Amino acid sequence: MGEVIVVTSGKGGVGKTTTTANVGTGLAAMGKKVILIDTDIGLRNLDVVMGLESRIVYNLVDVVEGNCRIKQALVRDKRYPTLFLLPSAQTRDKSAVNPAQMVKMINHLRDQFDYIILDCPAGIEQGFQNAIAGADRALVVTTPEVSAIRDADRIIGLLEANEMQKIDLIINRIRYDMIKRGDMMSSDDVVDILSIPLLGLVPDDENVVIATNQGEPLVGSNTLAGQAYQNICYRVNGKDVPFLDFERGISFWTKISGIFHRS
Amino acid sequence: MFKNILKRKSSREIAKDRLKILLISDRVNCSPEMMEMIKNDIAKVISKYMKIDTKSMEIQITKTGSKGRNMKNPTLYANIPILDLKQ
Repeated sequence: MGEVIVVTSGKGGVGKTTTTANVGTGLAAMGKKVILIDTDIGLRNLDVVMGLESRIVYNLVDVVEGNCRIKQALVRDKRYPTLFLLPSAQTRDKSAVNPAQMVKMINHLRDQFDYIILDCPAGIEQGFQNAIAGADRALVVTTPEVSAIRDADRIIGLLEANEMQKIDLIINRIRYDMIKRGDMMSSDDVVDILSIPLLGLVPDDENVVIATNQGEPLVGSNTLAGQAYQNICYRVNGKDVPFLDFERGISFWTKISGIFHRS
Repeated sequence: MFKNILKRKSSREIAKDRLKILLISDRVNCSPEMMEMIKNDIAKVISKYMKIDTKSMEIQITKTGSKGRNMKNPTLYANIPILDLKQ
């Protein structure tokens, strides 16, 4: 039986889609059978982040409405044969699907995949309800900013009210230089405020923008964000990987600059 | 200029303090003003029976549900220092 994971955040633009693409790709690279479902109806994005936008024939709404079979709507990834995308519809809106239909579709996919990962839209309206309806666990993505953390807290409250079994935190776009100066909340601060288990720390890395430009998730690559996402994949898969130096921002350079700051 | 930097709270601390206050009212759906009113009313009632330190008293709404931060059973905690127990 596959595990159903929803990636959510409340606030937009904090990295839900990037996280979904990288975690999905990383798990597929580990040999898992993975399906990514874009539930942001009307504003689809996961397809471009994955670089699969030109291969779309059918979408989520077509599947739910019975215009095609699920198999016909799935887009196979360019690099990993066990990775699939179910794209969202671009010309419809959130009310085209309801939570009961989502649960039915997900339960149909459960025995065919190891991981079913849902990319949740921003907000707390129907799109959010659709995305969390069939999920077993949630990854809450936030950035170390007041607005994103406030929204994350609200989302966590809603997930708990909906009896989500497991809720973990991913802190994205961390800037260690700013934390060092006292101008950004540290991961400990954020965990202290939100009080849910920490699953991953992703540094602010320009390689994420470059990877998105190219439509190729950077998980596992020799970049800070690539390694951070790789570790998140291990942890999602149940392996207890310690938070490494670079995830805490203790690189060679910060060590050197730390010496100068102290004086 | 250097003195200013030393005196000033870092923006990280400001953010953390603001969030902590904000999230308490977000979570229980109760504004800071209302918390202040509850606090004053509690102080008034207790003052009938004993002398209390109204300045350092604190009230807080926390969630002590079974699952950590579950908000099903919020609890009001009042920490009221007693200065003198009148008969």
